[in-house]
Amino acid sequence: MTEINPSQEVSQSLNASPLVELRAMTLEFAKQVILNQINLQIPRGQTVAVIGESGCGKTMLLKTIVGLIKPTSGSVHFDGRNIHTLSDYELTQLRCKFGFVFQNAALFDSLTIGQNVAFPLVQHRLASDRQIDRIVSERLIEVGLPPNVSNKRPAQLSGGMRKRVGLARALVLQPELMLYDEPTTGLDPIMSDVINELMLRTRMSKRVTSLIVTHDMRTARKVADRVVMLYPYARLKKGESQIIYDGAPEGLDATSDKRVRQFVEGEAGERLMELTRNQPRGFDETPDVSARFSSI
Amino acid sequence: MSTIPSSSPEEFSLNGGTTEALHRWVSDWGEMVVDALVSLGDMAIFAGQLFRWMFAARPSRGTMLPNLYHVGVLSLPVVALTGTFIGMVLAVQSIVQFRNLGLESRLGAVINMSLVRELGPVLAATMLAGRVGSAMAAVLGTMRVTEQIDALISMGANPIHYLVVPRFLACILLIPALTVMADFMGIVGGYFYSVVMLDIDHYQYLNNSRQFVGGWDFFTGIFKSIFFGGTIAIVSCYRGFHCQAGAEGVGRAATAAFVFSFVLILGVDLILNILLDAIYAAIWPMQGAKLF
Repeated sequence: MTEINPSQEVSQSLNASPLVELRAMTLEFAKQVILNQINLQIPRGQTVAVIGESGCGKTMLLKTIVGLIKPTSGSVHFDGRNIHTLSDYELTQLRCKFGFVFQNAALFDSLTIGQNVAFPLVQHRLASDRQIDRIVSERLIEVGLPPNVSNKRPAQLSGGMRKRVGLARALVLQPELMLYDEPTTGLDPIMSDVINELMLRTRMSKRVTSLIVTHDMRTARKVADRVVMLYPYARLKKGESQIIYDGAPEGLDATSDKRVRQFVEGEAGERLMELTRNQPRGFDETPDVSARFSSI
Repeated sequence: MSTIPSSSPEEFSLNGGTTEALHRWVSDWGEMVVDALVSLGDMAIFAGQLFRWMFAARPSRGTMLPNLYHVGVLSLPVVALTGTFIGMVLAVQSIVQFRNLGLESRLGAVINMSLVRELGPVLAATMLAGRVGSAMAAVLGTMRVTEQIDALISMGANPIHYLVVPRFLACILLIPALTVMADFMGIVGGYFYSVVMLDIDHYQYLNNSRQFVGGWDFFTGIFKSIFFGGTIAIVSCYRGFHCQAGAEGVGRAATAAFVFSFVLILGVDLILNILLDAIYAAIWPMQGAKLF
């Protein structure tokens, strides 16, 4: 698999009107604020990586964009249309323009791999049986899988293969917007790089807009041309924006925000102090742990 | 920081503690009632969506056939087996009392009437709730937990139409057949034990059965079973769709599906029996009067 440079051709495809726009979007669950007043514009052709620690609301952001969750306030616009005011029929039609790759692939256990990939085509009756077979084979080859996996069940495949099948299924309707939910989580470094390369190839060959939720910095640096970092709402100071970084991946190392640097470098920082505070008495007296705390 | 209560500790624990406990008790009960009402409303909305989708679009052959096979074909042996045993158990339980009264020959009427009107449909429904209802809740719960339902929605499919409608149709279409099987095997089991093991006269047994068990009895059993099937499908699918995260959530959904289905089957059975007896009395006033 040859490497593709993400900076090539992307700038040419960017357009002034955003494909996705979040306007003052707030999301609450059981009176707990997950996302607060999020404003985000994603222009056509851009690949945005949303990074942030677990529980900061990255996946919720993705699910709100695709209409799986309704925001508490604010709005989500796709191609200028507020998706949460659309009728069921309109939303169903609109979803054909999205390709969603779920964290654990979310393949249907009861169907074969071929049936999984063909599912959107069959559901929307977009092709004949013969065409469907051809398209499924093409998509599987595109993601580096032999067409003979078609007859296997999801349980018979490895994690990396399942992710690739998930990608093939998301691509089958030629979507305008690709949404990836932690695409490399749980994969070995080699398979993670294969998935990164596939995301790059998809962006180049299909000219899609992509939104990648990840906490894998290799993915963010390699695939994205813009990085947005979310911070958990509960940890913010009053009036502070939940998006603490929005810019090019190259700028991550130069940022003055300590929280961004800690995330990028994988440092626990004050979380380690919180850990000490919550430990039972005597736990923090071990020489190894106290030595680590003293360096902070 | 400690605060000193204005009254003595004994007085505090008596007055303050009791009031607090009472508040907590009222609040817990209130929360439970509100939760139950919300759940009931949710289930009603769920059922409403199911009926809307059932008529809006025909489910595909690919989704119907596996459900028909699972609900009908795979449930048949277990329903037949339990039906046979119930028929025989009825004979064993009733013979002593009937023999004391010298009414052994009427045993067939009692066994067959109980089976056709009540035990056949309730037994078939119970087996279906245990075998199929729990499985439905577990499968849909797992699909919820592993984001397969989200995947369905994101690909423009309606999960109620794709997952619930075929299961509901399979249940209401095939539970009458399962009920007939439970009735038939129960009658065979009861006959076998009464005539072969207890030496009750073959002619008397059948003749009494024929005299007392009529078409209406058979109809009520089949009619009720359709409602039982619908209840099992709605409760089980609802529980699966509202499954909590993790293996424990799936397990709880499967258990709750069976328990709620079973309780509702008995509740629906009571209401339908009252209703059907009233209809019977209205159509055939003379015979109907005997029922009350």
